Amino acid sequence: MPPPRTRGTALRQRLADLRGPGVQAKALDARALAALAANPGCRRRAILDGAGVDKAALADALGVPSGFGQSQFAFMRGNAFEARVKADGGAELLRLVHRTLDPGAEPPGRAEVPDLTAAGPEGRVARTALALREATGAPGGTGAWTLLDHPLLALDVAGSPAFLEPDAVVVHPDGGWTVVEIKSFPMLDGSADPGKVGAAARQAAVYVLALEEVAARLDPAPPVRQRVLLVCPKDFSNLPTASAVDVRKQRAVTARQLTRLTRIEDIADALPGGVCFSPGLPAAQLTAAVETVPASYAPECLAACELAFHCRARSRAAGAVTALGRSVRAELGGLSTVDDVLAAAHGEAGDPGDPAVAALRRAAALRTEALALAAAPGADGPRDPARAGREVSPCR
Amino acid sequence: MSLITTLGRLEAVRAGHAQPAATVRHRRLSDRPLVLVPLTTAGETGAPLGALVGTDRAAPRLLAVPQPRDRDLRFAFLAELADVVLPYIDGYAESVEAAERTETDPETGKRVKVEVELCAEAPQLIVPSRAGIDLVRLLGRSMRFRRTAEQDPEAPHPAPPRVPLLGRWLTHFGERARVPGSSLLTALSELLARHWTTGQSGLEDQHLGALLAWIDPPEGVPGAEAALRAELARDADGQLLCPPAGPATDPAFDNRLLAPAVERYDRARTALAAAEDGLEADDRLGALTAAEREIRALVESRTRPTWDAVWHGIDLLRTLPEGAHVEERWTRDRWSFTGHRDRVLAGEPPQPRRDDAVTAANKLAAREREQARLDAQEALDDPLVMAGRRLAGEAFAGEVTDVVLAYTEGRRPSPRPLVTVRTDDRPHLGERARVHRSLDGRPQSAEFAGYAPDEGAGDGEGALVVLRIMDKMGRGREPEAGSVPEKGDRVCFTLFEHEQRGGAKLPDAERTPWTHGGPPGGSDAPEPADPVTEEDVL
Amino acid sequence: MTAHARETVPDPGAAAARATEAILHDTLHGTHRGVVVDSPPGAGKSTLVVRAALELAEAGRPLMVVAQTNAQVDDLVLRLAEKNPELPVGRLHSSDTDAYDKALDELPQVRTSAKAGDLAGLGVVLSTAAKWAHVKTDEPWRHAIVDEAYQMRSDALLAVAGLFERALFVGDPGQLDPFSIVGGEQWAGLSYDPSASAVTTLLAHNPQLPQHRLPVSWRLPASAAPLVSDAFYPYTRFRSGTDHGDRRLVFAVPSDGSGPDRVVDEAAVSGWGLLELPARHTPRTDPEAVRAVAAVVGRLLERGGAATSERSPDPVPLTADRIAVGTAHRDQAAAVRAALAERGVRDVTVDTANRLQGREFDVTVVLHPLSGRPDATAFHLETGRLCVLASRHRHACIVVCRAGVGDLLDDHPSTEPVQLGVTVKFPDGWEANHAVLAHLREHRVSWAP
Repeated sequence: MPPPRTRGTALRQRLADLRGPGVQAKALDARALAALAANPGCRRRAILDGAGVDKAALADALGVPSGFGQSQFAFMRGNAFEARVKADGGAELLRLVHRTLDPGAEPPGRAEVPDLTAAGPEGRVARTALALREATGAPGGTGAWTLLDHPLLALDVAGSPAFLEPDAVVVHPDGGWTVVEIKSFPMLDGSADPGKVGAAARQAAVYVLALEEVAARLDPAPPVRQRVLLVCPKDFSNLPTASAVDVRKQRAVTARQLTRLTRIEDIADALPGGVCFSPGLPAAQLTAAVETVPASYAPECLAACELAFHCRARSRAAGAVTALGRSVRAELGGLSTVDDVLAAAHGEAGDPGDPAVAALRRAAALRTEALALAAAPGADGPRDPARAGREVSPCR
Repeated sequence: MSLITTLGRLEAVRAGHAQPAATVRHRRLSDRPLVLVPLTTAGETGAPLGALVGTDRAAPRLLAVPQPRDRDLRFAFLAELADVVLPYIDGYAESVEAAERTETDPETGKRVKVEVELCAEAPQLIVPSRAGIDLVRLLGRSMRFRRTAEQDPEAPHPAPPRVPLLGRWLTHFGERARVPGSSLLTALSELLARHWTTGQSGLEDQHLGALLAWIDPPEGVPGAEAALRAELARDADGQLLCPPAGPATDPAFDNRLLAPAVERYDRARTALAAAEDGLEADDRLGALTAAEREIRALVESRTRPTWDAVWHGIDLLRTLPEGAHVEERWTRDRWSFTGHRDRVLAGEPPQPRRDDAVTAANKLAAREREQARLDAQEALDDPLVMAGRRLAGEAFAGEVTDVVLAYTEGRRPSPRPLVTVRTDDRPHLGERARVHRSLDGRPQSAEFAGYAPDEGAGDGEGALVVLRIMDKMGRGREPEAGSVPEKGDRVCFTLFEHEQRGGAKLPDAERTPWTHGGPPGGSDAPEPADPVTEEDVL
Repeated sequence: MTAHARETVPDPGAAAARATEAILHDTLHGTHRGVVVDSPPGAGKSTLVVRAALELAEAGRPLMVVAQTNAQVDDLVLRLAEKNPELPVGRLHSSDTDAYDKALDELPQVRTSAKAGDLAGLGVVLSTAAKWAHVKTDEPWRHAIVDEAYQMRSDALLAVAGLFERALFVGDPGQLDPFSIVGGEQWAGLSYDPSASAVTTLLAHNPQLPQHRLPVSWRLPASAAPLVSDAFYPYTRFRSGTDHGDRRLVFAVPSDGSGPDRVVDEAAVSGWGLLELPARHTPRTDPEAVRAVAAVVGRLLERGGAATSERSPDPVPLTADRIAVGTAHRDQAAAVRAALAERGVRDVTVDTANRLQGREFDVTVVLHPLSGRPDATAFHLETGRLCVLASRHRHACIVVCRAGVGDLLDDHPSTEPVQLGVTVKFPDGWEANHAVLAHLREHRVSWAP
């Protein structure tokens, strides 16, 4: 076995080859994290994200554009909101952290806002780690508040480093660290869209894990708080309000997911040589390249993955019943294609001793009976309540 | 998902068009619904951009906000919306019929019947999608606490008259829409998805264009292809051929068409403000009007396809005969409408921001009751729904093979006939389980007495279920004619009840117990309006 | 456990007794209107309820007891009657047929009625929450005991809380949550969310109430308590009242080398067994898995099992009534019953998790809720379901499952929505399933029938 360093270099080269010559690796953004959470078992998504492939560009090149886009109104509004939250050295943001998460601490006066600029992602990660260490100081903290604006963190995802950029991390006077997520959906009368809050919590949990790795390298390790701060516009205004979100659950789930991911290296090793996902290649060649990695498409992908329309088309063409929803397979046992299910239901195939086949036939018979009854109502058909429950329509 | 629904989806895939999910229409469709197709501005919570609204499919009223961040323009939009919606609602508030309601007499504490008014018909609001219902709720929340100049002369940025009232009504409609089986405010895509099963997933069914493409594809085009076109096809300009049903717009529309148009509008307005004389002002007013017209045209171009789709969907739904129990549920909608009309007339304050503990519990109980009622009624009205219940073991149908008269013991024996039913269904019948059938629209109950030995059974599929009929046979010793099934009758019994019992009465709000925080504090003063800030978007 | 550890860790009996004394003290002499007791599986909840009821009755405080099902109410009445045959007890019941257990009619000190007025003046009156909700009274009871309070919905408590002045709330936070058939999202995050559990609402409004925990499970053996505690009660741990070696399960008939026999032996030694069938997507009533469950139960009986425990030094035969089969769905239970009947096995309890709540057996055989499934829904991932199934046994639990559940879990990640202001319920079903699976894998017997 080659020494780890060489292995790491080899993998990096392999992933660079997959991206194509001269194509920069894309960091794991919020959508990639959402796709990871929504479909951790999908190898196609794993290798593309792991290699830093720009999936939106790839989808365009495949001729099946993703349909994701951001309205400039939303973009401007979101930026304006984040700027407002962080304005004035993060005074408002720190006030929210203090009030919501740490009311016992010294109120934030002037906070440290260290400069985090550095060359390259590795440099920024190192700069962030240094700033965190300085802000934490001796055990028990420095007694001061520090705001890290757009720090950069690294996390090992399936054996390859992924770069993460939280909106902010706050170091408390006691030395504890808090992840801050700034979102543009509103908190109306104290509540917010649970789907969006859930997504934000899963995203923040990844940041917490990455922060814990940084913390673990300090001695003693400072506590990474498991309640993150979600900052949103209040009611119908652009004024910030905040709520603490307990992400222990999402953190535990994500941690376990990360340990269970198939290693990018193994997926890459299973690919035939010469596979490349560079958006500059012809569509046919890209389609063949994408086809070399299996996907596990489900309709949920449509909201999370740029490649979903492509995978949907392939899944439909293969007649997979899961293209109609994961739950569709629930009672179908070993049957997984539209043709197989219908053949079994219509008595053309399948073992009648298989409970799934038997249930399908009963369902088909009941469905046919009901539709026939509705199609031939007669004079006192199913619409006539006065004749309910008797001769013609047994189910009334 | 039930196997019958799954099969429907797969059959739709194979057939290339949607399959029936119901054989009757399970919701009321008013003769004169008010359709509302709203759009909002991205990134701003529910900030209206425009809408098509009206009862005449040929002549919708177009409303637009040329600069969505301008408070006055937003208020103008809401005032215009009130001008359309409130007269429509008022049109149903006046025609009433006499009805009876049971109330608790405040002095004696007894339940007494009182004569009250019930509106003879109720209005119906139809929006394209579930997100439209959420917007109705949001608009209601944003408007109902506003203060008009008349209510509060000191209020900064007073709301136009009638806007708070519209907020109260939209809140009521939005709240009613949470009640299972209600029809006061409905989303067309949900109505369609309730009645047809497509060859795509439930998530994809939320796209109104794709859903309609499956239900009524163009001649010769498979549903999947038509749906794909509705979802993704764009013109040379990069614009979706079938714009989203809203209220959110397509980012490509925002970025390429709307943003430049809003910018032109802003520039024209700034120029007008800077005009130095009347002549210049006239010219620049013309430019402003043109810029505004352009935005109105853009809004119309994105809402009109959805408007037409909504009416198309309504046409499709009207081809289905109405389910037998729909009228009864619609009457409950009329009660709900009448009740809110009365609260408005009585000068009650707007609905609070949050329900108190007792109100929340009462609402939840009512909705659970309505859900159970809806589940039972849909099954009774529709053999396809009943088929699903039969497959789930919650009902069974079959032929009566034997009837034996039997009686209760005691001085006055009552009939308890034993009826044997041969069924191929597999009901989950526990010992002495109660089952019910509909006898001329009234539920008759029976008790499961056991399985009869089945000598004639060949395939081992069917079973002989013996039931003891318990009621609805009259007062005499002999059952009334027609009240007991006869040999050879086809019958269908359900394990679920057909009618819902009322739950226990909860304490009044002022007697909320200590476990739930005690009586809600505070005065009877109406809730304060939201503070007005420069940053408001709605 | 080493001798040294024995010295430092207090005796479980003493720890449990101390907890009980503190609970009774707060209940009888405390100043708070409520006392909350968390009770993990088999920690003596019913014993506590009966004891508290008797002491309150003895102190002359009129007591009402609220339980959630008629079976629970009847069980409490019988236990009370057994402990103190002198105590007059009222059983308030509904007017339905078979509203209560007819065994109560045999007890002279128990009065039954559908009207609360008929039971006035009795020291203790017991009924279900649903029935109590219809009772009107001008004079509230001095005291109430609310049993299975975590399975009671907030709105059900709202309906009955006016009937009593103070109450002892007892329940198991790890079991199945109450649910509603309609969405109640609009109230999520409110302290009095009507679809939340009664305890959640109670504590949100009365955070100062004393909260106790029964720290020792007398049911779960030393082999099971750590796993169940870690997987389902990560923030409120408990331990077993018995030590490794205190309980033994032996079989007279030696193994025939088959999968069922090997898994039975593994479970007899270690307390856990996983009979893993080849990976395959199957319908719910997977015939092979159902037959495997029946085979395991059959062999448990045929091999002449005997259990030794702290209850009796002499081996007690492992009979059918000491064995239960747990499933997720009713039709699975029906299929297992049919398969057992075919083998001539009777009197083994076969039921769904919902109906096994609160029950106890020597050995349980569980058809894993995710076995053979092509998908994993929220229903199948619900923490409480797995917790109930994995915590009914005194000696051993044998799980029958298709291979591949780990991959299934990976493909069905937990992406639950999050409501602001709602206390997070622990643990996550997805996570707990993985934890249990990882543990079971160490006791795996692969078998291709």
